[in-house]
Amino acid sequence: MSGETMSIFSPRLAARFDALVKKYPVKRSALVPMLLYAQDEVGYLSDAVIAEVAERIGITELDVRNVATYYSMLRFKPAGRYNIQVCTNISCMLRGAYPLLERFQEELGIGHKGVTSDGVFSLEEVECIGACCWAPAIQVNYDFHDDLTPDHVPGILKTYRSKAEGAEGTAAHA
Amino acid sequence: MPDVTFTVDGKTLTAPAGTLLIDACRKAGIEIPAFCYYPGLSLQAACRMCLVRQEKVPKLQTACTTTVAEGQVFVTESPEIAQARKATIQLLLGNHPLDCPVCDAGGECELQDMTFKYGAGESLYVEAKQHREEQQWSPAVFYDRPRCILCYRCIRMCGEGMDVWALGIQNRGTHSVIAPNDGDRLDCEQCGMCIDVCPVGALTSGSYRYKTRPWEMNHVSTICTHCADGCKVTLGVRQIDGDAVIIRSDNRDKSGINNDFLCAKGRFGFDFVESAERLTKPLVRNAAGALEPATWDHALRFAARRLKEIRDSKGGAAIGVIGSNRTTNEENYLLQKLARTVLGTNNIDHQRSTDYAAFVRALAGHTGKTVSLRAIASAPAILLVGGNPTEEHPLLAWHLRTNVRLNHARLYIANTRPVKLERQAKLTQEIPAGGYKDLAAFLEAGQSDFSKAILAEESLVIIFGEEFRGETVDSLVTWGIKRNNVRFAYLGDHANARGAADMGLFPDLLPGYVPVSAPGDFAEYAGLPAAPGKSMTQMFEAAGQGELGALLVVGANPISWLGANPADLKNTFVVVQDLFLTETAALADVVFPAASLYEKSGTVTNTYGDVQMVRKAADRAGVKPDFEILVRLAGAMGVDVSTLVPFGSSATAGMRGMTADLGQSRGAQAGEADRHSVWLEANGLEPKLSPFDPLAVLDEIERLVPGYTLDRLNLFAGNDGTTEPGSSPGFVPVAALTGTEHIVPAHDTLFTSGTLGRYCAGLNELDKHQATELARTAAD
Repeated sequence: MSGETMSIFSPRLAARFDALVKKYPVKRSALVPMLLYAQDEVGYLSDAVIAEVAERIGITELDVRNVATYYSMLRFKPAGRYNIQVCTNISCMLRGAYPLLERFQEELGIGHKGVTSDGVFSLEEVECIGACCWAPAIQVNYDFHDDLTPDHVPGILKTYRSKAEGAEGTAAHA
Repeated sequence: MPDVTFTVDGKTLTAPAGTLLIDACRKAGIEIPAFCYYPGLSLQAACRMCLVRQEKVPKLQTACTTTVAEGQVFVTESPEIAQARKATIQLLLGNHPLDCPVCDAGGECELQDMTFKYGAGESLYVEAKQHREEQQWSPAVFYDRPRCILCYRCIRMCGEGMDVWALGIQNRGTHSVIAPNDGDRLDCEQCGMCIDVCPVGALTSGSYRYKTRPWEMNHVSTICTHCADGCKVTLGVRQIDGDAVIIRSDNRDKSGINNDFLCAKGRFGFDFVESAERLTKPLVRNAAGALEPATWDHALRFAARRLKEIRDSKGGAAIGVIGSNRTTNEENYLLQKLARTVLGTNNIDHQRSTDYAAFVRALAGHTGKTVSLRAIASAPAILLVGGNPTEEHPLLAWHLRTNVRLNHARLYIANTRPVKLERQAKLTQEIPAGGYKDLAAFLEAGQSDFSKAILAEESLVIIFGEEFRGETVDSLVTWGIKRNNVRFAYLGDHANARGAADMGLFPDLLPGYVPVSAPGDFAEYAGLPAAPGKSMTQMFEAAGQGELGALLVVGANPISWLGANPADLKNTFVVVQDLFLTETAALADVVFPAASLYEKSGTVTNTYGDVQMVRKAADRAGVKPDFEILVRLAGAMGVDVSTLVPFGSSATAGMRGMTADLGQSRGAQAGEADRHSVWLEANGLEPKLSPFDPLAVLDEIERLVPGYTLDRLNLFAGNDGTTEPGSSPGFVPVAALTGTEHIVPAHDTLFTSGTLGRYCAGLNELDKHQATELARTAAD
């Protein structure tokens, strides 16, 4: 697919995809990176994303869903602007990940996979994010916060909330 | 590949190098259990049931992915292996519900069998089972997630086997589910192959689910009544209220020419048999002009008296006969014999869907130029011209796909429009509209890559569609015969259209395409009129002019097929034998309720000339097979029926006696396999004691019809035999055949089947479902 066809992606991402599908001996090898990039831009894998990715690679939408549903990092519903991912694997758990997660739940009033009503935050309990040395750790979109206690929670939320308010009306994603 | 020798369980086996161990063992009678392995599909190695011990290899190996090599030593059964398999079953049962008592698959479930064999009666896994609600994906396919063991057979069958790719697998681990392509609905060919290959009861059939248990049915292998490919179907029949009712139709047997395959029509298109609109009583038009139910006796006597009167007063030329392309060969043979010897007329025809007569004329005198469906399934090079097998000949499409996938056959396609099989084709050639007549010249010229590739083939099978008629058939076949390495198949419609043509339902041709003007062996027909009769169109013209006194229609609907004016028949005495009150039957003076192909015995010939045995499965009170109706009609006309059906002592040259040893006299051996009877059957000498025995007519067909030399034992065993009309040395091709003006192909889709299809609630539902799917896709 090239520029002349309608794409739901930004021209930059569309160009990146054009290059990606040519990069591998088999086109469908580009599928997982494409889904990740598409999710970063659109926020989630909408039906339109799946349809366009399928068309770019030349496989069925069913094929795309077969792969996409395998990965828990890929989502089919919009997350909040800031997706808080709390690791509860062994190191984090031993160093207090559950009280941390509970604090996030209390502060935000949402549970696992929930999204706040204003759409600013979403919360997820995730597997190891590779920050065991500084456990417990969380990831907010692509930013790490580590060595946390539940008392850090209000501060973290405040930072992002003010960021969100500051970004209101301007281009969406950081 | 060269053969290698290896040892399995102490036995020395030999197989070509590279054979899968599981296949090599199965061939040698050593069964290795497997859920995910399915012959002919790609390897999955997902279930871990086929674990075997290979010498010098540290871990157990999967037999479905191990290829054999020289000197290997395997053990397939040992306590270690049994334990491994038991552990696998325990894991599978971790989430599998124990609802065998209500599951459709109970009794024919591979997981159930394996659990019995390896005994995972108790499990270490005590967590609560994950339950999910059942889903209905289409009128035909239901999915019960908890029962699924994720073997991927359905996914591979749908993708590789059917080239539909409508099923996938989603999520991960214990959350994995099989998913259809349209959210929670299936947009596909609705063939039901996924249900067929499911080793458990996860995929169940809309027409069968929760109706009965497998052991409560009789399983009758017969031939499908729909398209002209002639798949073997197994009908599950149960006694309900005195009728033998078909509960399901599937491909349990897998020994037919269809191997693993069955399409939507074969699998779900049987419920017309039980349709409420089925005729079950003879109808006779009363003084008020309305059809009213009558007794068989009255209806037969009335019809016979009127037919006799018309024959005696106006002569046979005033009577027309129209036969069926869904009845058996024996019935068609009997019908034309009745027309020619009792009614004294050559006015006999059928609804022609293709030009078999031209095909046979073109092949006249050559042997080995036609090709059976089995041979197509393994032919190295195939040229498909015209036709649309995926829709109209699903089994042919299956064989072509499979042949390309497994045997790397080269498929060439020349068509005026795109067809789905092009995905498997090596080369395709677009033909301009009306261009089929120039095909032979185009190929011979060898100018294009396409024709060069065709000419380079060492041996070639040409399959051509009904677009070829008369002259075009002739030019293509003549070209092929000249090339000396070409064999042919010609595509027609309906279960026994080929049989109807082979059995001489033509105004100018006797059975085996023998011209009426030079009847040869058929000279024994008493009173055979020498002049060709009227074609169907001519009969209706004659009727319009008031010259047709009577019309006998068997299993056909010429009014709707020809688009004839019903008023043409107002002065004609019309007798119709059919399952339903069709447009034609509604005009009749006498209507006899006929049995369907699933309710009678006999033989049918598919479009490739393969003859197969039809066996009676269902029974419906009130109906009779067309064969019996015709014999009774002739009897009521005062004919000695033994002149029509060679049964009993009066049969040809006293070959058969009225008395027969039916096994009572064999004393100690009475209960054993009756070898004497097997020998009699193999030689066509088994006693024919009844005038309603179609096999008595099969004897005569074999004796008189050129090209119909059958291996009886093979046929009776449920296998297919090939026929080659026109190949006999003395065959005289006819110069002037009745024209091609009334060849109307049916162009049935995957879910339509003429009159029968109209009364198949199951097929209509599928048709509606797919139409909705199409609309949804278009709207997207």
